[in-house]
Amino acid sequence: MRRVLGSLLTVVISFCLVAGFSPVPTAKAENIKVGAILAVTGGASFLGGPEARTLEMMVEEINANGGVNGNKLELIIKDSGGNPEKAISFAKQLIEEDKVFAIIGPSTSGETMKIKNIAEEAQMILLSCAAAEVIVNPVAKYVFKTPQKDSDAVKKIYGTMKDLGISKIAVLTGNTGFGNAGKGQLENIAPEFGIEILASEVYDKQATDLSAIVAKLMANKDIQAVVNWSIVPAQGILAKNMRQAGWDVPLFQSHGFGNIKYVEAGGAAAEGIIFPAGRLLVAYSLPDDNPQKTLLVKYKVDYETKYPEDKVSTFGGHAYDALTILVAGIEQAGLDKEKVRDAIENLKELPGTAGIFNFSPEDHNGLDINSFEMLTVKDGKFAIYSK
Amino acid sequence: MTPELFIQYLFAGITYGIIYAIVAIGFNIIYNTTGIINFAQGEFVMLGGMIAITMNAFMPMTLAIMVAVLITMVVGALIEMVFIRWLESPSVLRMIIITIGISILAREVALHIWGESVRALPYFIGNEVTSVSILGARISPQVLWVIGVCSLMVAGLSLFFKFTSLGREMRACAANRRAATLCGINTKNMVTLSFVLSAGIGAVAGCVMSPITYSDYSMGPNLAIKGFTVAILGGLGNSLAAVAAGLLLGIIEAFSVSVLPLAFQDAIATAILLLILFIRPHGLFGSSEAASLKEF
Repeated sequence: MRRVLGSLLTVVISFCLVAGFSPVPTAKAENIKVGAILAVTGGASFLGGPEARTLEMMVEEINANGGVNGNKLELIIKDSGGNPEKAISFAKQLIEEDKVFAIIGPSTSGETMKIKNIAEEAQMILLSCAAAEVIVNPVAKYVFKTPQKDSDAVKKIYGTMKDLGISKIAVLTGNTGFGNAGKGQLENIAPEFGIEILASEVYDKQATDLSAIVAKLMANKDIQAVVNWSIVPAQGILAKNMRQAGWDVPLFQSHGFGNIKYVEAGGAAAEGIIFPAGRLLVAYSLPDDNPQKTLLVKYKVDYETKYPEDKVSTFGGHAYDALTILVAGIEQAGLDKEKVRDAIENLKELPGTAGIFNFSPEDHNGLDINSFEMLTVKDGKFAIYSK
Repeated sequence: MTPELFIQYLFAGITYGIIYAIVAIGFNIIYNTTGIINFAQGEFVMLGGMIAITMNAFMPMTLAIMVAVLITMVVGALIEMVFIRWLESPSVLRMIIITIGISILAREVALHIWGESVRALPYFIGNEVTSVSILGARISPQVLWVIGVCSLMVAGLSLFFKFTSLGREMRACAANRRAATLCGINTKNMVTLSFVLSAGIGAVAGCVMSPITYSDYSMGPNLAIKGFTVAILGGLGNSLAAVAAGLLLGIIEAFSVSVLPLAFQDAIATAILLLILFIRPHGLFGSSEAASLKEF
């Protein structure tokens, strides 16, 4: 008996191993099925977590207000754990079994690139919440993305550096899809701004201490600033290691730094970090005539009221934008997938959390460099950066 | 390389190394009494850190850390009693699979309790930017805390195993379990105790390192792999060798960035693990004769 129990236990455990604890799909009144593949758990969970919570909140609100054109939305969230293999199988499942109307996500660039072709072949509208530019360049007919372009983030950073008279930099990137894409953009665009990259290092996405590499870079006295490009906790660890070592050159981060938790985790070391981000993080400081302000403040208040233990982040905003765009498309074109795709491609002047979207057949991102604002950390809070 | 840079690398290496060593010692304690590798060792470190962070909101940090260590020890005991104790002469493979299962379970439970976000205990002295100058290099005081606390634990454990009767009984189990039973030692209790001990030291390490490395629910497996490498490198079951091996690996990793790209840092540990398994499977400090008598 004991042996039977024992083997049962092993079976159960291995089952958990394989299946993970994916959240049970939320069943709502059947109507428009919207699939979402998000990294709710795992290393990229600070992307997928807020995204999933945002979508749940929005769908609840939309349905409470009568749905889209009278149709209720049914949200099916799949937790990929940030794993591209899982993203692929969930994409197939959503397309073939659940027969969803459109897919939101995945959260990370690596996953999105793996399912780009799957969505394209199945003629499935995919609204990615991941940042890398390769997702929409080259353009795929059915694939859109809501975060700003990483090339624009790089240009914004380099522009600020030029203003500060910085021309020699070190680049650190995390070994994720986002980090690799950013590294490429940083290296490609540098000459355009007369910036010289003296050192470029890649660290593991689970790195817990970067003091050795900081010591190495610090020994090079020519380095005037450091750019770090990642979406992992190492963003805060790097800041701590630099400041502890007494290295006080400016630290620039990517738009992946847009989560106040990194600031909290970085504490005093996070002060003065400069990074480009959408305006969501500084919603209250915007002038009243900013077309995004009403929407940003509403999202921030709604989110933080519904999830008091969490703070709004730009990542949840990307999911907000994705659903907003989809809903706008359906409102215009009804329940015909092809027509909705065409409608999304022609959306103009649509305010979102990341910026004002202007889609076109050539541009499936719809955002330009003005959607970024340079931010900094001041007294443990985000503030608009000024020299 | 300037002397300052050398010291800076050295301290970075010692910090990594001593943390690996503590995880490896956790492996060794359990290995000695049960003959298995407990792959949930990294989760003890995670639990220690996370519980202390939660408790820190309600009580002073010293107390929070003590409570966290105690709770983790209880968890260690419970794990042993629920999953290991009632197995009758289980195979090594089966026990290892069980510990892997426990590790996944612990992670999932932690995810449900604490969510996915990264947290940290405040620095024991100063804050994120404080540093002290040692021979021209600048070191966070927390690094000294990690090194100090971990060294104390190693010393304490050595004394415990050498001079207390409980420690001797545990070593007797390690040497020969049947003989120990014949001498009247309750080997099952010793196994529980070994889980309690390794949970405890894991938790302490998890608390002191939390300000430097942050804590989150998924930090365990990475630590376990490094700790496992170090335990193998030193020779399974030998705690002092684990300290030497840990420092060696940490320092190699730290200095490697001066010649190799940073991206290779983790590959070094894995490469060393493979090399050791091929060339000296009984470890740098172990004897091959003793190793050949063991089941695993």
